[in-house]
Amino acid sequence: MDISEWTSYRPGDLLMFSLRVYERLFVLYNQALWPAQLLALVLGAAILFALLRPTSLRVRLVFVALALAWGFVAWVFLWQRYAPINLGIRYAVPLFVLQALLLALCAMKGAPELQRRWCLSRTIGVGLFLHALVLHPLLAVPFGRGLAGAEVFALTPDPLAIATLGVAVMLRSSWWSWALWLVPALWCLASGLTLYLLDARGASVPLLTVALALVARVWPGGRRHD
Amino acid sequence: MAHRTLSRRRLLQSMLSLAASTAVPALHGDIPEQTPLKRKVPGTDIQLPLVGLGSWITFNVGNDPALLKQCTAVMEAFFAMGGCMIDSSPMYGTSQATIGHGLEALDAVKQVYATDKVWTSSHEEGSKQIEASRRDWGVSRFDLLQVHNLVAWEEHLEMLFAMKEAGEIRHVGITTSHGRRHDTLERIMRDHPLDFVQLTYNIVDREAESRLLPLARERGIGVIANRPFQRKRLIRYLEDKPLPPWAADIDAGGWAQFILKFIVSHPDISCAIPATTRADHVRENMAAAAEPLPDATMRRRMVDYVQNL
Repeated sequence: MDISEWTSYRPGDLLMFSLRVYERLFVLYNQALWPAQLLALVLGAAILFALLRPTSLRVRLVFVALALAWGFVAWVFLWQRYAPINLGIRYAVPLFVLQALLLALCAMKGAPELQRRWCLSRTIGVGLFLHALVLHPLLAVPFGRGLAGAEVFALTPDPLAIATLGVAVMLRSSWWSWALWLVPALWCLASGLTLYLLDARGASVPLLTVALALVARVWPGGRRHD
Repeated sequence: MAHRTLSRRRLLQSMLSLAASTAVPALHGDIPEQTPLKRKVPGTDIQLPLVGLGSWITFNVGNDPALLKQCTAVMEAFFAMGGCMIDSSPMYGTSQATIGHGLEALDAVKQVYATDKVWTSSHEEGSKQIEASRRDWGVSRFDLLQVHNLVAWEEHLEMLFAMKEAGEIRHVGITTSHGRRHDTLERIMRDHPLDFVQLTYNIVDREAESRLLPLARERGIGVIANRPFQRKRLIRYLEDKPLPPWAADIDAGGWAQFILKFIVSHPDISCAIPATTRADHVRENMAAAAEPLPDATMRRRMVDYVQNL
């Protein structure tokens, strides 16, 4: 099927799987990767430290780590696990690879300089990253999946995209900030729509994070140039 | 919604042909204890149980061992109740592989009337896709192959008719759903010697009654009714509404049976293909393929009742 034929279907028609299968996807994935979740949390904590105490080297390492995470999620989660039940995912994988390349390029040749003083964009950026690292996995409990079905930063797409949005809005370079903002925002919108069509709880979470990231980017005076 | 009522004479004729069709030897060898009503497919030498098994969404479970086991249990119940036709598509994710897993686990390849689709815009890719689907199912050939949702139907129909001619498949069909492109489907039904069409038909989606079902009868084409429950939406809407007391007259024990009996009592419908993840629902669905089925008066009453809820 080429992309033009997908457009003849309504969004709901493209979801060929049930909420039950979607939730089991995370349970089985977590079982297969355990204890990588612990390593991912340690990595996330290290990135958070680097965001709060940024140096040139630390920030570059943050972008390298995020680039690796985008590549890992693209291959191990999206391509190997999600694409077989969701045929539309094959079109998301190249975007994840593009995001990984952009992050790597930013680390090597760009100007990954972060806001150092507290301002709206930095506050929202750190808040989004904290949500992705701590709160997002825990949402699996009130949403009925239990921790076994938790979505963990650096291993699954939603928290990775939210965390990357947080980092992107903290960048001082407007060009790089928008460039790194786009794919995570698109993913969060698609994920929110998917959850909505599945009638899943928490569909609004990825959508709200995009809204917050947008506010951080465009709010007048929200970005301090120190 | 368009609604063409059935004359009593036509219904009686259909009932007689239905009764006569049960005298035709079964499609496959194993005869289960409980045999569902079958109807001869016009223009073919086969008869099919009035209720088949869909796989849209329900069988797209990836490699999840627990869910594969559950789907196998659904298939086991389906075959135990005399079921035969299972329908799938390359569009349905891993559903074909799930069916193949179940057929192998149950050693049921000989029991199934394997119904699949070709769904690609590329003619060249079509034959590769069919071969990949066949491997997923683990069958030597498909009983029925259909052009899915009319995608590249001219090229694919030509290929499917050639495959039928070569004995690589038994029957050829074309599908649509959600009431899409009925005008094109009508033209194809007039111009091509189809064995089957698949379309959406249920107690609230009855557009097909006005032109397509009469045309199918005229042209000797079997009709498979998809989306009998509108992807659960119809059941969810009805489940908290009271089933009419006269539903007992047609042995409809619940809304699912009420809806299925309505669908399969139309004499131009060959079978309905509800999908489910539960073995008890399969049994309930298959039990709907049994006498008594509603007559024309009862069918009108059923429509009126649902419309007025």
